[in-house]
Amino acid sequence: MNDLLVANSVSKNFGDFKALNNVSIAVPKGSIFGLLGPNGAGKTTLIRIINQITMPDQGNVLLDGNALQPNHIQDIGYLPEERGLYKSMKVGEQALYLAQLKGLSKQEAKSRLKYWFDKLDIGDWWNKKIQELSKGQAQKIQFIVTVLHQPKLLIFDEPFSGFDPINANLIKDEILQLRDEGATVIFSTHRMESVEELCDHIALIHKSNKILDGKLTDIKRQYKTNTFEVGLQTPNVDEVTKIIQDKFQVLPATFKNLNDDLKLNIKLNEQDSSNDLLSFLTSKAEVHHFVEVIPSANDIFIQTVKNN
Amino acid sequence: MNHLPLIIKREYLTKVKNKSFIVMTFLSPLIMIALIAVVAYLSQMNNNKERTIAILDETGLVSEIFVNTEHTTYSILNNLSLDEAKEQVKEKEDYGLLYIEKGSNDSKISKTIKFYSEDTPSLTIISSLESKIEKKITDLKLQQGGVDIKKIKASKTNINIAQESFTGEKTSKIDNIIKLAFGGIAGYLLFMFIIIYGNMIMRSVIEEKTSRIIEVIISSVKPIQLMMGKIIGTSLAGITQFAIWVVLGGVMVFILTAIFGINLDVNTPQQELMQQAMQSEGIEMQVQLAMQSFFNLPISNLIVAFVFFFIGGYLLYSSLYAAIGAAVDNETDTQQFMMPILMPLILAVYVGIFTVIEDPHGTVSTVFSFIPFTSPVVMLMRIPFGVPIWQQIISLVLLIGTFVFTVWFAAKIYRVGILMYGKKPSYKELYKWLKY
Repeated sequence: MNDLLVANSVSKNFGDFKALNNVSIAVPKGSIFGLLGPNGAGKTTLIRIINQITMPDQGNVLLDGNALQPNHIQDIGYLPEERGLYKSMKVGEQALYLAQLKGLSKQEAKSRLKYWFDKLDIGDWWNKKIQELSKGQAQKIQFIVTVLHQPKLLIFDEPFSGFDPINANLIKDEILQLRDEGATVIFSTHRMESVEELCDHIALIHKSNKILDGKLTDIKRQYKTNTFEVGLQTPNVDEVTKIIQDKFQVLPATFKNLNDDLKLNIKLNEQDSSNDLLSFLTSKAEVHHFVEVIPSANDIFIQTVKNN
Repeated sequence: MNHLPLIIKREYLTKVKNKSFIVMTFLSPLIMIALIAVVAYLSQMNNNKERTIAILDETGLVSEIFVNTEHTTYSILNNLSLDEAKEQVKEKEDYGLLYIEKGSNDSKISKTIKFYSEDTPSLTIISSLESKIEKKITDLKLQQGGVDIKKIKASKTNINIAQESFTGEKTSKIDNIIKLAFGGIAGYLLFMFIIIYGNMIMRSVIEEKTSRIIEVIISSVKPIQLMMGKIIGTSLAGITQFAIWVVLGGVMVFILTAIFGINLDVNTPQQELMQQAMQSEGIEMQVQLAMQSFFNLPISNLIVAFVFFFIGGYLLYSSLYAAIGAAVDNETDTQQFMMPILMPLILAVYVGIFTVIEDPHGTVSTVFSFIPFTSPVVMLMRIPFGVPIWQQIISLVLLIGTFVFTVWFAAKIYRVGILMYGKKPSYKELYKWLKY
């Protein structure tokens, strides 16, 4: 049993509106799992079901092999997209309160908070009111409160919104460190570059249905078109282009390098290997640039959503 | 996991530590007392004004009855015509002129008395003049008819019918007044409590929505726990505030009467009238009766019923307030949902005031003391008059049943509503939420 969280064909209706239709996902232990999808696809509903905020109409969710039950809230840390804190409460009091709601004792919560406040260098905020903090500062508090009870499963919904690049990086490093310490992370975002950077696994939800999931590298392999980005240098550009076009499917390419090369995207023929292409090219011109085109998470996202 | 105590504690402490709550707690009794003091002072000032009333009595029969008091001087005018007298009163800027025309005979005198003044005279002055003259002329007429006034005075009797129920409970008129007062205070207190602290609960739910903390919280606790914690915490804060008000009010009334007590003793015309009325019945007797009827009240029943109906009624309404708070995004949107809550509440108070006084066990008051949305107020008003225990129990069971239902209903709305942003829901949508 290597999956920390398994959702089995979960469906949820709000009146006539189907928010989730038979969605199944499996989140491997110790992974960072990207939950992706356009706005209104049903991601938040799925996350709320995992947090037992709403109940599924059909299907079930297992955490560590057990059906979800009330005391599982201690094992989950959730940073919602719509988040905030009590504005007129003091930072320290509020963090203590929220930690106690997650089942920590007051002393335990206090010492852990002290550790985190020192770590993020915000110890002097303890007696400030939330309304005196900036949005990014309040987000830091929220991040601490989310991870304080050391849950097995962390759910972050757009964790970087409202952070400047320095703090976003800080939080990113913390997330990676938590993963290394054994936590499993579900990560929902629209920022594909952070998906690229952080996620091992992804699932794509579109119009209430899951339309894609798996290991990010597997999906990329599956979506690659065996196309190579090539930069060539040759005195007779037109001739070489024609020769290549006769043998391969060719698209113009744009990339940056030092020379004013002939730049092409060349799709490999089915029977050929990349070596075949390379040796063919070296025989015709001087090769300066030869890279396999790997689809980005962004490309995969847009392509899959458009095709469905 | 039971987080209820933790939530109650937070709700209570945030309410109690809130600056405006503290200011309101200590300032409003001060404002109330100051207001009362100002009104009392002003009315005293008004009555302290000295007036001179000129009297032109052509009959010479009644002028002897006007005895000067502290604020009113009577100047008797003689041998003047009416016009001359008017002129003189105007010149002297007296308050007014009472003119008793020399009529044909004593029986007509009552129809020819006039009061002239610059402005419309005060009602109390006119009625005090009227009662004085009435008394004198009645006496005169009796004398003329050959009746001995001393005998009449001696034979005057005061009747106070002693009321007793078949079971031997003694009641009296004053008894009813005491009962009404107790029932009225209990019912009105509940009404005020619901409105003030129900609103407070509603605002605190809205605050959680607008500050967007709600989703963080309900990933840790069940919405119904949060709602109940909010209701209970806010009520405890309310009870604290009420208790402080009662203590502060008591202390301040004590201080005020100690300082200004002597001043309150002055004879204003109203008090003169009051005293006249009181003397006829004997004030000691009254106090005694009042004490007696206080002890005749079903006190233990009253206290127990008060606690249960108060809690039941308050929880019933406050859960609805919490549901409204959850359904909307800001306070201005609450209006359309407030009406259906306020209507039965106001109805209860009016039914209580108009029908319970008239007939505490009549059909209307009995029926309304069973309907759960009006029963807390109406039943509390009825109980001092003695309501059979079985009626109280049935009413309470109905109330608790409805309370359980409204909490379920409110929790449903609450659970869905707290996560809904950006649009003002209609009743139709609220109905849909129940099925989510």
